[in-house]
Amino acid sequence: MNWRHKDLLEISQLDTDEISHVFETAARFAEVNQRPIKKVPILKGKSVVLFFAEASTRTKTSFDMAGKRLSADTFSLAKSGSSLQKGESLKDTALTLQAMNPDAIVIRHWDSGAARFLAERLDCSVINAGDGWHAHPTQALLDGFTLHQVWGSFAGKTVCILGDIAHSRVARSDVELLTMLGARVRICAPRTLLPAMVRTWPVEVFSDVAKACEGVDAVICLRLQLERQQAGLLPDLREYACTYGLAPRHLEKANPDVRIMHPGPMNRGLEIASELADCGASLILDQVASGVAVRMTLLHLYLTRARVSA
Amino acid sequence: MAQIDCLIRNVSWEERSRDLLVGQGRVLELAEAGTVAAPVGAQVVDAGGLALLPSLIDAHVHLREPGQEYKEDIASGLSAAAGGGFGQVMAMANTCPVNDTASVTRFMLQKAALAFPHGPWVRPVGALTVGLSGKELAPAGELARAGCVALSNDGLPVENTELFRRAFEYAADFGLKVIDHCEDPWLGKGGVMNEGEVSSRLGLKGIPTASEAMQVARDILLASYLDLPVHLAHISCRQSVELIASAKERGIRVTAETCPHYLLWDESRVEGYDTSVRVNPPLRTRDDVLALRQAVRAGVIDILVTDHAPHAAHEKEVTFADAPNGISGLDTALSLTYELVRSGELDFADISRMWCWNTADIFGLPVNRLRPGDPADFVLFDPDLAWVATAGALLSKGKNTPCLDKEVPGRVMAHFLGGRAVFSRLENLAPKQP
Repeated sequence: MNWRHKDLLEISQLDTDEISHVFETAARFAEVNQRPIKKVPILKGKSVVLFFAEASTRTKTSFDMAGKRLSADTFSLAKSGSSLQKGESLKDTALTLQAMNPDAIVIRHWDSGAARFLAERLDCSVINAGDGWHAHPTQALLDGFTLHQVWGSFAGKTVCILGDIAHSRVARSDVELLTMLGARVRICAPRTLLPAMVRTWPVEVFSDVAKACEGVDAVICLRLQLERQQAGLLPDLREYACTYGLAPRHLEKANPDVRIMHPGPMNRGLEIASELADCGASLILDQVASGVAVRMTLLHLYLTRARVSA
Repeated sequence: MAQIDCLIRNVSWEERSRDLLVGQGRVLELAEAGTVAAPVGAQVVDAGGLALLPSLIDAHVHLREPGQEYKEDIASGLSAAAGGGFGQVMAMANTCPVNDTASVTRFMLQKAALAFPHGPWVRPVGALTVGLSGKELAPAGELARAGCVALSNDGLPVENTELFRRAFEYAADFGLKVIDHCEDPWLGKGGVMNEGEVSSRLGLKGIPTASEAMQVARDILLASYLDLPVHLAHISCRQSVELIASAKERGIRVTAETCPHYLLWDESRVEGYDTSVRVNPPLRTRDDVLALRQAVRAGVIDILVTDHAPHAAHEKEVTFADAPNGISGLDTALSLTYELVRSGELDFADISRMWCWNTADIFGLPVNRLRPGDPADFVLFDPDLAWVATAGALLSKGKNTPCLDKEVPGRVMAHFLGGRAVFSRLENLAPKQP
């Protein structure tokens, strides 16, 4: 497939053929990741900057490993100790990075639209590794890929996304991706953690976890940021855990083959019961493994895309 | 300085061709074309059918001086006013230092007089509370004597309603109207755009319309109880319009303004995280835009203002959350208003009413109603000349407008104040050097 995109900013840029292509390619890279020697020379000589203004462990490590397994050189830039902390503007950081001529910049930033801000100003590819509450397209693709590996097809499947939808870039990207693939999507959260005008979203909205889980084929739990309680959006964490934390009793009427997912890092006992995270239905570690394969795929596609020659 | 008489032939006024005779800085006569004889020695100019407008008044601008001259200064702001057709601009108090003492007010007036001795004129708006901090009353008497024409806490609404009530009462003794920026200090705090479908999709924190409307309601209740007039700044939504309409029906002395951007654009303009449309209050929904247009036609909204809020280019070239609020408006306001005339939303006569006469009535400012003896403050406007709002074409230092590099309709060709051309794009009407 001739990859037509310079940047990956949000899921809606992609069509279903492109998503299928990502899944097919990721399946092959997943196989590479099972080999004793996991390194292939596809991106030898390419350089990838990992610009994580906001703290991240798993996404950054996942991209780093993905790049290195494809023989690209990866360079990390974190907020602490970086010029961003010294008050340099995002524009100047971007232009400085550009001057070093990398082939791609992977960006994680606390402001919605930050990845687009970079993409509009830089010639290299920009991969959004999470911008504010807006989008986390690589997480959605790895979530979709993980379910695709289990299900093969999304037709007739129902997925419930449970937790802090309002402030979640994962929820936004997952809703876009799963509906594009043909799954029915439910979301469940207290009203204080639902976005405004959620009725315009292509989802069914629930406030009762057990009802939301009736007949579902997968539940994606979202991390609860502890500052939501301080912001007055929740009474307290115990109340949240008792009312909205996913527990086995909520899954009594779910599909018997229901799968449980979480983008991590988890607050065990808060948004998800510990035994569910560790049970046979859990795909949480499969998501991590898928993450490397999907990010290898994306680096491969964006770094070897046919450029229009000047 | 002797001012010679001037006969401007062939201007379009109320859809008819007229001749305008000016002398001693005043309107002498406005009559059917060809009926006015040129006095001996008068300069005679053929305006070629350009539209005549009274010089406009902008009741809401931020000139940034003192303190933030890199964004705008009084000279550059007045230059944009001159070229945009504004003869008087009411400058808000959120300068640095804040305009809460006579020395700051006088400084602004002196700067203006140095840059433009024959106008446009700055009409300072004093702070309602010291330092705009909402804690102590500003010295309204001193500010009135120094030349302030109104008081406002624009930008930093007064949280303490008891203090607001007292400020409101105290200002009234000096004939100063209070202009209130209606925004609840808590509801939607930290928001950067309208709360709704677009904010949800873009992952940006929203500000609900109720945040504005509940303060509108507060002000209406106080105005009614205290029997004092209040002027509501930059109204942006249907809920506020409905409250104002019902207050007016009950005879409460409330007046209100909105800006061209709220009449033209809705929240969908934020798509793509375009920081040039980050403004407070935020652009609302299509339904709010339609309600505001109706309110303007019906007289529920009394006047138009720019809320001219210039910023340096680098300040807006950041993420949406980091960008400051504000649109630079003086250069393009008349063009944007004319766009609404062209699309049938407003009448041409609404321009004079909403950008000049109503404004003068509300704030007690001198004004030209094109009657003999009125100050000869007027604009010659070419409705058929479109122009591209390039950075170079904008006279304000603030290039932060969604119109940047876009074509807009209608051009100010000449601007007269006191019978003197303060700005001209016409070769036969060069502005005289002071």
